[in-house]
Amino acid sequence: MTNGNWPLWEVFIRSRQGLNHKHVGSLRAADQEMAIENARDVYTRRSEGVSIWVVLSANVHASNPSDKGPMFDPAEDKVYRHPTFYDIPDEIGHM
Amino acid sequence: MTKAEEEFQAKIDRDIKIEPKDWMPDAYRKTLVRQMSQHAHSEIVGMLPEGNWITRAPSLRRKVALLAKVQDEAGHGLYLYSAVETLGTDREQTIDDMHSGKAKYSSIFNYPTLSWADMGAVGWLVDGAAIVNQVALQRTSYGPYSRAMVKICKEESFHQRQGYELLIHMCNGTKEQKEMAQDALNRFWWPSLMMFGPSDTDSPNTAQSMAWRVKRYTNDDLRQQFIDMTVPQADFLGLTIPDPDLKLNKETGHYEYGEIDWDEFFNVVNGNGPCNKERVSARANSKKNGLWVREAATAYAEKQRIKKKVA
Repeated sequence: MTNGNWPLWEVFIRSRQGLNHKHVGSLRAADQEMAIENARDVYTRRSEGVSIWVVLSANVHASNPSDKGPMFDPAEDKVYRHPTFYDIPDEIGHM
Repeated sequence: MTKAEEEFQAKIDRDIKIEPKDWMPDAYRKTLVRQMSQHAHSEIVGMLPEGNWITRAPSLRRKVALLAKVQDEAGHGLYLYSAVETLGTDREQTIDDMHSGKAKYSSIFNYPTLSWADMGAVGWLVDGAAIVNQVALQRTSYGPYSRAMVKICKEESFHQRQGYELLIHMCNGTKEQKEMAQDALNRFWWPSLMMFGPSDTDSPNTAQSMAWRVKRYTNDDLRQQFIDMTVPQADFLGLTIPDPDLKLNKETGHYEYGEIDWDEFFNVVNGNGPCNKERVSARANSKKNGLWVREAATAYAEKQRIKKKVA
């Protein structure tokens, strides 16, 4: 081992029951147990979490920023997907 | 400017954050690697002057505070190393660059911590200065850097408070204790002002960093902000700031201060401060001496992986 690089892990924390796990950062660790222990020490020193996921960064597949247009623009002109597109008379009240 | 550069600058001007996989000019990437790695190294080297006093803390209360602070600094170094890695650098190479002297860290950590009062001065002044700088950097244009700063700022407030509280106690103690506090302020005041970097007239990177919104304020602006905040705190302690030229300008509402000894600053940055060699060798030795632990952990992980496969 030349420089001792451990694999990179992405860390996700559930801050309390009822909320989803949220990406908080990354760290390096030799294996998944160590990744979870290190994530506990690094990302939850002030009770920020009740559950931790770690995922090898190499296993994260991401959309390409240069495809942002073709990927996400199609949703922009579809106003009919939103409730405010539809006219409901005031006397009906909240719907 | 190429079209890509124009688009990039337009995003910056609209305060849209730059994320790791977005296109960015090479010089922007290089500036970030330099500034962020320097910041990461500062967190890590910053553990040494305080680690020095953990075993000699005068009470359990002070000891848990100091331990927690030093542990935070390790965490902050890690957030920043992770953020630097998103720019496509190799983490171990980044660390080795500090050990070889190619990368710098904050010059403040090249001063020794000689007495217990220094733990107060470091928290109050050094962390105080770091917080001023980091609060501004929360709005920096690179997403991972900005997020690391938000997290660090949230955690660091206690660092300054515990230092100031410690000094309140010493200043209300015996005559000798108060003298120790004054002595710590005398030694840490000017180096703390130097933490903001060279004066704007002598800071070649500032204009471009401001245009890229990597920096949001100039060195002199942040330094002034720190001084204006800190002088009344020194008054409260009954301590004297070691600057005969320091006075409030009633018109501007800002304190005017004496000439900073920039020769000393550049001398320390260039490796000739009281503790440069000791700090760098402590870090390099720690990496070297811990290698077998990292190798053992890798071997163990590999063994577990094979065991699982067989089962």
